[in-house]
Amino acid sequence: MAETGRLSAAPSFNLRADPVLALRVAIIIAVLVLWQAVAASGLLYRDVVPSLFAIGGALVKLLTSPEYYRNLGVTAGEVGAALLIGGLSGLVVGLILGGSRLLARAYEPYLYYLGPTPKIIFFPIMIMWFGVGPGSKVAMGAISCFFPIALSAAAGMRQIEPILIRVGKSFRANTWQMVSKIYLPAMRHPIINGVRLGLGVAIIGTLLAETKLSNQGLGFLIIQAYSLFDMPRMYAMLIALFMIAIAANAVVGWVGNLDRVKAGAS
Amino acid sequence: MSAAVQHRLIERWLPALLGFGTLIVFLVAVEVLIRVGLINRYIVPLPTQIAAAFGRVVVDEDIVGRFRLTFIESFAAGAMITIIGVLVGMLLYRFPLWRRATETWVAALASAPTVLMYPLFLVIFGRSAWTIIMMGFVAGFPPVVLKTIEGLVTTRSVLVNVGRSLNLSSVQLFTKILFPAALPTIFTGVRLGLIFTLINVVGVEFLINFGGLGQLINDLAERYDLPGTYAAIFFVILVSILFFIAIEKAERWLRPAG
Repeated sequence: MAETGRLSAAPSFNLRADPVLALRVAIIIAVLVLWQAVAASGLLYRDVVPSLFAIGGALVKLLTSPEYYRNLGVTAGEVGAALLIGGLSGLVVGLILGGSRLLARAYEPYLYYLGPTPKIIFFPIMIMWFGVGPGSKVAMGAISCFFPIALSAAAGMRQIEPILIRVGKSFRANTWQMVSKIYLPAMRHPIINGVRLGLGVAIIGTLLAETKLSNQGLGFLIIQAYSLFDMPRMYAMLIALFMIAIAANAVVGWVGNLDRVKAGAS
Repeated sequence: MSAAVQHRLIERWLPALLGFGTLIVFLVAVEVLIRVGLINRYIVPLPTQIAAAFGRVVVDEDIVGRFRLTFIESFAAGAMITIIGVLVGMLLYRFPLWRRATETWVAALASAPTVLMYPLFLVIFGRSAWTIIMMGFVAGFPPVVLKTIEGLVTTRSVLVNVGRSLNLSSVQLFTKILFPAALPTIFTGVRLGLIFTLINVVGVEFLINFGGLGQLINDLAERYDLPGTYAAIFFVILVSILFFIAIEKAERWLRPAG
């Protein structure tokens, strides 16, 4: 039954009533003032610490330029393709390993220890295999997100309550029906967690590859700003990129919590 | 041999044999496919060529010196994340208002793609070992802070109460009770931090073409020395895996039994 008769308090923005919020605001103001003071003082190279106005101006210019959105589209397409390829193959491998104790013990240690190795070092191989175009960036993103998704899916599969599996088997469900009706719905939360981790590392893998060798995409724009020594633009690029990464993470988290919200509302 | 011993041997060795056997079969299959021309040998070198290149890479490319450089960079970044991370974690534990205000920021930093800031660090620190060390530090710092706070906050209250009942001063309470109780969790943070640090150190070495093992891969790839590139990549992976196993064992050793 839904909970009724209680209204949650509106979020408070009263700084006196909320010391945590007050401290956060104070820290942000202090950092901004300090930054601006250092920028104005000339203690450091002006280009290393540009003024906040220069960064703000560069951010506005960046977000209103069609070139930025074209490159954002390229990177988004590469990350999407990487997540699709790496995620699906990770899911299949995770399901197979999670379903067999022998296979898990034989192959999972390799995934477990290969997972945290620095993937960017595979980039020269990916260039040889897939060329210098978007293919090698997609491959880098796919390799990066394969491991967390495979390991999460395998762990999620092992956490499924045996009674659910027995119910499926007692209904004589075939393999596809077991996967689509029992396994995947029962392990959606670990999978979404894996996708969340995978999305983060796919973004990193793709963008790092773009900074190393590319002529389009957000990574290319960052390294171009570095080559031109346009520091306000580089700061603006990094701010925009961090916002995108946070938003993408929040969207995946929100999708993952949709059924919990629905369950709570019903 | 009794059935139980036989069963235990199968249980223990069969998965390892299957995993290793698959690897060998895969390598043999690649060798055969290249030799019959189904895989282009100018894209994928023969596994036997890669194995032969190991010796050449170790001797000609001064792998010991490069390994030492990567180790020094990782060690410097590791020492920084441990000292500064634990100190910041302790301070945030001591001042709860600051902890409540900044802990989510530190967590956000842990999941942010900070490695993409390397061009910025290149401008600030130049194309030097400091860029690599600082990138390693940025990656490894947040987990150490978060786990230090977690370890201190989750210390069992009974232990703290025992300390108080013995009239320990706040410094004694910290050094005799809180810190030792939090140490295993802190080490988990240091282990995670070191993993992120190593990934960033090798990755940034490769990206900025400076330093030890990461640069070696870049160098060999630019010379189009295919077997050498593959051998160097395998070597880096091997070193990373050995490092992960070593710190995992160290963590188990530090964590009290049970």
